[in-house]
Amino acid sequence: MKIEVIAFGIAKDILNGNQVTLEMKEQSSVADVRQALVDLYPAFQGLASLQLAVNADYVNDDYLIKENDEVVLIPPVSGG
Amino acid sequence: MLNKEELIRYNRQIILPDFGIEGQEKLKSSSVLVIGAGGLGIPNLSYLAAAGVGRIGLVEFDEISLSNLQRQVMYKTNQAGESKGKSAVNVIQELNPNVLVDYFETRLDAENALEIIGDFDLVVDGSDNLPTRYLVNDACVLLGKPLVYAAVFRYEGQVSVFNALRKDGSRGPNYRDLFPTPPPPEMVPSCNEGGVFGALTGIIGAMQANEAIKLLAGLGIRLDGRLFLFDSQYFTARFLNVKSNPDNPVSGDHPTITQLIDYEAFCGLSEVENEADEITVQELYQMIKSGKTPFILDVREPYEYAISNLNGLNIPLFELGLELERLSQNETIVIHCKSGQRSQKALEFLKKEGFSKLKNLKGGILAWQKEIDHSMEIY
Repeated sequence: MKIEVIAFGIAKDILNGNQVTLEMKEQSSVADVRQALVDLYPAFQGLASLQLAVNADYVNDDYLIKENDEVVLIPPVSGG
Repeated sequence: MLNKEELIRYNRQIILPDFGIEGQEKLKSSSVLVIGAGGLGIPNLSYLAAAGVGRIGLVEFDEISLSNLQRQVMYKTNQAGESKGKSAVNVIQELNPNVLVDYFETRLDAENALEIIGDFDLVVDGSDNLPTRYLVNDACVLLGKPLVYAAVFRYEGQVSVFNALRKDGSRGPNYRDLFPTPPPPEMVPSCNEGGVFGALTGIIGAMQANEAIKLLAGLGIRLDGRLFLFDSQYFTARFLNVKSNPDNPVSGDHPTITQLIDYEAFCGLSEVENEADEITVQELYQMIKSGKTPFILDVREPYEYAISNLNGLNIPLFELGLELERLSQNETIVIHCKSGQRSQKALEFLKKEGFSKLKNLKGGILAWQKEIDHSMEIY
């Protein structure tokens, strides 16, 4: 199944853009998405502790994603 | 009680549905602490003072610099070098003499945070670094103060309301529910490093002031339990729902943080200023003078390099990972930036990549200008 990954902040640099489509197996969890991102973009390891949101909600690692879900990556930003 | 001047001054908000004289009186009897008088702090200070908040505190220690003026629209060109806090206090007192201003000319830290924050009803965080953000969050949770959070980076801003008191007596989520673990420092660039769009700081800071005034006047639906994200480059916005995490170390079911901690260390920044990893500008100057110029790596942005440089190889901090093949593990690399902070991050990063012969130039190019070459242009 296909999911969209939406990046903010420094995650845009790592993904080379603000949006990428990932092909995931059925019954994949948020933890699996995290691993897929580290495999595809080794620099994502630095953000591996990031909480991920799916569609409009922050979810836990065991949350199961569905086709066409949007996984949102929001790293902390510190500027003021 | 509001006097005649106040009734006229605040007329346009007193006549608002849901605001009224009652809302104005609530504002007058309330106090807000603003952390930082920078890109976010300035719109906050301006709108909070204009709206008639009774007492405004400001924590700021920095000076106005020319590179602030692109977004910090309260300051004037001829004020470069002057105290930011003093200047901001003057502006808001002239804007609204009814407002009492408490100015704390200090850096907020674990020693003073509880005392300073404890004296206010609400906190607005416009700080510019991750340790301060965790510090302000934890202090607000420990003291039971609502926190209006915002942060900016490049073209993006985030806004939320943390630790808000709800009708059932519970408190809304906080910064640690959103970001339980700080990423490594090189993944959290500051505006100095990554840049920031000027108008964005005005938009996001004004949203923060909006939430602060609503909380104090007791109106509207608050940005509690929601994170607002705005991308001004694509002009897109998004809300994300944030829940309280039972494992939150400061507000969860079994808190492990019951007093303030060392936030620099927590964020991996405790510059265990390993002197072995440092070189002073004097030492570098002596090496160059005696013909033993080391390999110099300048991790600033190209525009900074163009203003002044030490003839080093210029690879900006955030491109280092892509350019490692241009560096040798066999010779000593002296890394520098403007003040020594980015180069410290670069040093930590290169260490993880297996480099061992690294030196951070203490004080960066600013120290070089001050101690070695006064004719060098600084910025």
